[in-house]
Amino acid sequence: MSWLAPDEWQAIQLSLKVALWATVGSLPAGVMIAWLLARKRFPGMLLLNSLVHLPLVMPPVVTGYLLLLAFGRRGPIGAWLEEQFGIVFAFRWTGAALACAVMGFPLMVRAIRLAIEAVDPRLEQAAATLGASPAWVFLTVTLPLALPGIIAGAVLCFAKALGEFGATITFVSNIPGETQTIPSAIYAYTQSPSGDAGAMRLTLIAIAISLLALAISEMLARRVGRARAASA
Amino acid sequence: MIRFDAELPRGEFRFALSFQADTGALALFGPSGSGKSTALGVLSGLVRPLKGRVQVGDEVLFDSAAGINVPPHQRRIGLVFQDALLLPHLDVRQNLLYGRWFGRNRAQVVELDEVCELLGISHLLQRRPAGLSGGERQRVAIGRALLSRPRLLLFDEPLASLDYARRMEVLPYILRLHERTGIPFVYVSHAIDEVARLADQVVVLEQGRRKAFGPPGEVLAPDWASAGEGRLAAVSVIEAVVREHDLRYGLTMLEHPAGPISVPGRIGEPGRVHRVIVRALDVGLAVQRPRDVSFRTVLRGTIRAIDRDDSPLARVEIALLGSGRLVALVTRHSVDALALDAGDEIFAMVKAVALDDRALALTTHARTASRQPDGNA
Repeated sequence: MSWLAPDEWQAIQLSLKVALWATVGSLPAGVMIAWLLARKRFPGMLLLNSLVHLPLVMPPVVTGYLLLLAFGRRGPIGAWLEEQFGIVFAFRWTGAALACAVMGFPLMVRAIRLAIEAVDPRLEQAAATLGASPAWVFLTVTLPLALPGIIAGAVLCFAKALGEFGATITFVSNIPGETQTIPSAIYAYTQSPSGDAGAMRLTLIAIAISLLALAISEMLARRVGRARAASA
Repeated sequence: MIRFDAELPRGEFRFALSFQADTGALALFGPSGSGKSTALGVLSGLVRPLKGRVQVGDEVLFDSAAGINVPPHQRRIGLVFQDALLLPHLDVRQNLLYGRWFGRNRAQVVELDEVCELLGISHLLQRRPAGLSGGERQRVAIGRALLSRPRLLLFDEPLASLDYARRMEVLPYILRLHERTGIPFVYVSHAIDEVARLADQVVVLEQGRRKAFGPPGEVLAPDWASAGEGRLAAVSVIEAVVREHDLRYGLTMLEHPAGPISVPGRIGEPGRVHRVIVRALDVGLAVQRPRDVSFRTVLRGTIRAIDRDDSPLARVEIALLGSGRLVALVTRHSVDALALDAGDEIFAMVKAVALDDRALALTTHARTASRQPDGNA
């Protein structure tokens, strides 16, 4: 990749790594919370719903700052995690992944929740009368039928993670090679007089990655849809 | 054996039903919204009553006083829904085996091959539910419930969403099920002919309460006063023995002490008891044995009672010679013109078409037709 400067190439790799981990890491929790919100009625539901959606409406800088307070080295959760498991988020790429996951989470949960709500609950009842316990009903009926929505949610989260800037830079700063993702790198270029060409290169690459992600998700969703309606 | 006692609020009315049935072929009959499906929901565990007690066989499935509520997946009660509800992401074979997998440590009553043959769905195994016709879907749903090794099968208006031809396609399979597998069933319907054919005992529901309970011949031809809007729908159920098939005219002759009965189609095997359904509106009456009439079936009996009020029609209840009861709806004018009275000897003329039992006629056709590909496979 001779036409890319080394730190540009680094930013791209890092962005992909961060976005991938943010998506994969939050997917199980996303599916679980989406299912809770779609199928269960429980006290505190409104609170959980608001909490999940909060990053969507709050200024990203505020989210980043709250993450810094909680997961920083001296933050209550951050200190405990480092002490117990040696996991550090502050100023590391893992912190960038966490920030991206938190920012992408509402989008992911929303898409999955809609998909689960679209699954006919009577199909789940039918499975239950055939002897499937609630866990099996979820695994063999709800999950496969909501799969296109789950894919869509994951892609949304991935795309959001690729573009996340405010919370990431606030939480883990802008360290080349560690926390400098594509948006941070573009931002850095725009701050320097000779950075126009680099900013443009990264911009084009960000567009290409986004288009590719969309195409892949479309393909996956179509494959699922085709299997479902094989003989419709 | 089913002991059922459940109460819960249900929209417009309060559902409060109790009955105890010892038969393997029970039907719940009533108009839409009378609480039939609610009763099935309570039996299957999908609907939780406010209070009550539900027992199937030896096992108590629900008891509000004792705090028992067995979850649906542990009840071993198969439910066939009105709209089949096959799992759209699985093919027919996977749908059929879905329930069997969860009950894999239970003794198998029927095997996949047998179920496929019984329901005529062997050729559909690789297909997806979306590509099936309504009747095929319903047969697969029945097979799926059957293969989950249920102790009781529930049918929730399984034919209601099908057109007449499709209904006639599925009904024979249900008729054969119980006979072949011995699994007891509860059949819910608002179609009087289905109930009369399938059930030994009928619970008639109205507004979430039991209105009548008994064999179909009794409860499906209710008293004039209590029948209300159901007056014109009254049917009689007569049991007769199949004597022979008249292949030339496509008729089946049945034997009854009150007279021979002829039915279109090739029905049942000679020597077997067959249930004939006669709509009360399709019965004509004569005080002497009629001659030179188109009616092929003339049954002899005695008038047991005549019910009449201001309406143009009167209800004549006839005790057939031998056994059985036949209800006729004739005009009040005819009753007076013929001077009919209780105790009189009477000849009931029953139109052959009134006895039309195309569903059963179809059973034999379907059986011979489906054997062909099976034999080649």
